Amino acid sequence: MNPADNSPLWIRGARVIDPSARRDEAKGDVFALDGRFVDRLSAADQAKARVIDGTGLVVAPGFVDLNCRLGEPGRTARETIRTGTRAAAAGGFTTVVTMPDSLPAADNVGTIQLLREICSRDAAVRVLPTGTLTKGHEGKALAPLGTMKKAGVVAVTDTTSGVQNNEIMRRALEYAAMFGLVVLDHCQDSSMTDGGQMHEGAWSLRLGLRGLPRAAEEIVVSSDCLLAELTQARIHLQHLSSGGSAEIVRRAKAKQLPVTAEVSALHLLLTDAALANYATSLKTNPPLREEADRLALLAALADGTIDAVCSDHSPCTATEKDCEFDLAPFGAATLETAFAAAHTALVVGGHADLSVLIARLTSGPARALGLAAGTLSDGAHADLVVLDPKAAWTPAKTDLVSKSGNNPLVGHALAGRVRTTFVGGRKVFGA
Amino acid sequence: MVLTSLGPPEPHRMAQQDTWTKKDLTGIEELSRSEIELLFRQADQFLPALAPGKGLDLMKGRTVVNLFLEPSTRTRTAFEISAKKLGAEVVSINTTASSLVKGETLRDTAENIRAMGVDAIVMRHSSAGSARYLGSVLDISVVNAGDGAHEHPTQALLDAFTLRQRFGQVEGLKVTILGDILFSRVARSNILCLSKLGAQVTLAGPATLVPAALKEAFPQVRIVHDLKEALKDCDAVMLLRIQHERQTTTHFPSLGEYTAQFGLNAERAAWLKPEAVVMHPGPINRGVEVESEVADGPRSVILEQVRNGVAVRMAVLHLCTGAISR
Repeated sequence: MNPADNSPLWIRGARVIDPSARRDEAKGDVFALDGRFVDRLSAADQAKARVIDGTGLVVAPGFVDLNCRLGEPGRTARETIRTGTRAAAAGGFTTVVTMPDSLPAADNVGTIQLLREICSRDAAVRVLPTGTLTKGHEGKALAPLGTMKKAGVVAVTDTTSGVQNNEIMRRALEYAAMFGLVVLDHCQDSSMTDGGQMHEGAWSLRLGLRGLPRAAEEIVVSSDCLLAELTQARIHLQHLSSGGSAEIVRRAKAKQLPVTAEVSALHLLLTDAALANYATSLKTNPPLREEADRLALLAALADGTIDAVCSDHSPCTATEKDCEFDLAPFGAATLETAFAAAHTALVVGGHADLSVLIARLTSGPARALGLAAGTLSDGAHADLVVLDPKAAWTPAKTDLVSKSGNNPLVGHALAGRVRTTFVGGRKVFGA
Repeated sequence: MVLTSLGPPEPHRMAQQDTWTKKDLTGIEELSRSEIELLFRQADQFLPALAPGKGLDLMKGRTVVNLFLEPSTRTRTAFEISAKKLGAEVVSINTTASSLVKGETLRDTAENIRAMGVDAIVMRHSSAGSARYLGSVLDISVVNAGDGAHEHPTQALLDAFTLRQRFGQVEGLKVTILGDILFSRVARSNILCLSKLGAQVTLAGPATLVPAALKEAFPQVRIVHDLKEALKDCDAVMLLRIQHERQTTTHFPSLGEYTAQFGLNAERAAWLKPEAVVMHPGPINRGVEVESEVADGPRSVILEQVRNGVAVRMAVLHLCTGAISR
């Protein structure tokens, strides 16, 4: 099959899961024509269609990632749009939202236009940029949100810098809401995390590393919920890592506050115990926490308190991670393994059905940002993924197309694998 | 590497380990009780060599590099003397001379040193875990002389060796470690070493420096914040240096306040059992964590610790470099 082939597409006899339409058919068909989903194909189109036998496989909308970094501009040793979007495709992601802490930061129209130009040339999947909330994500003065919105940003965030000033956060929420921009917040009170290297707990004490306490996250999750109540503006809480944070969001949602949340696939699978030998590849921010947190996050994902599973793909070079633990940068390159990791933890782990995981990878994130993605509905972009949930997969370095050298799940036994990914009816990954 | 006996052969007891297989000493965590005891028996053999004018040639022709990326006088000197007492050549690299300040990675620095035909690297580094990292990337011996707030294994070994010398055995002793536990690699190594040897460890000091969570990390310890309670029935109290350079400002109000609450003076030392000893890894902040009359008093074994530190480090260098077959 020629990857550029855009002839009619017919996937036959697969389990079809489309949470946006409450569809979960044990054996169904999916059709696409001219890059869009259609409810049926004419006999003439059927005759010339590419037919894929979906027996034993699952078809779902292409995944939507709300939190990744793709290296450009400025960090091309770590990743490029070319390699990063191919990694996304390999992970089943057809729409990815990139973080604005590039070099230079995406806090101005020029940088966003540059990124969009690179994407139109090199991207294999749909890349949706975000802009910073404040200039240089320094937390001092608001970035030009309105003009950045015109330039194409889908949300604004100061990413890992967080916003440390409640007054700025409040005004930013009010101002962003005027343009319909959702504010994404990496919840962390930096006054409590100075020098922090990993979750503060028994392991950090044993390893002699400074900790990032749960409370540093929970305090900001709380203040964000209070500010959402005050402003009624949309706020999306990024990669929650603490069980306490999930509980705060559960209460906020019970009060109908306009708050959504995500969790990274890695945090569903692993805990701080995996850092026992100073594995720099698992040095992430937020950090991996304890088993009780992991279980609380899984429960919150299952009951819908957490809306989305993200990759939190933060590529680094192998050299950058080959050093003393406290000198290594934060981040794990996880686009390619996010589905397998989340599937292993949530579905194989017995916390929820596959359809719930698909919802948190498609309709959940799409709704959180109001994106026209994550659906198999008639007329929508034919972005879809074919999955083999039964496949056992121990990722090897040679399996990965990301340019980075910091996927921590290399060598880790996982269950579930992406077989094929289509964007606009064109195959971007797989056989 | 089999224990090297220098005097008359020691009576061989059942179940005693006498073969050392580790090329590195990166932490007490990696050692078994029998390995610690083997190391002590090796150190016993080296005690006579501590006398002026004495020296051995067990490491003749070998080179040890002291890579000290954090300031240290005592530990670096002790390692240097230990290596020289064994007949090894010693090169010391300190922070200011180091190329690491020019941006070279630790791996590159170490591989360069390795390429020059060195047998062992003794490293002090501000990063926790750095010794284990270095040991995993090099095929020569790596000895941890302190890695951040993680471990300082030779200090713990010399402390336990000193207790063994004083009390005959460490098993059953009650040892209180007092002061800045949170930031102390000495405390971590001592908790592990003393527990492995069967002592009961109490951690004492202000709640900010001795957080309750330490009990989760080290379930075998007891935590108290009342000084009298901590001192009254212990056999030894290990004072830790209050490290001004390591603490952020929020952990206690002032040095004066620390001294007022937790400093060991003669009046408080009287709460100790008559035979209890006072230990300190040095350098001492006289008048802060300990008054001079206690540091220099009859209970103090501080200089015995220093002396034993040479014998213990000789044993470490001898056994680790000897574990590499060539």
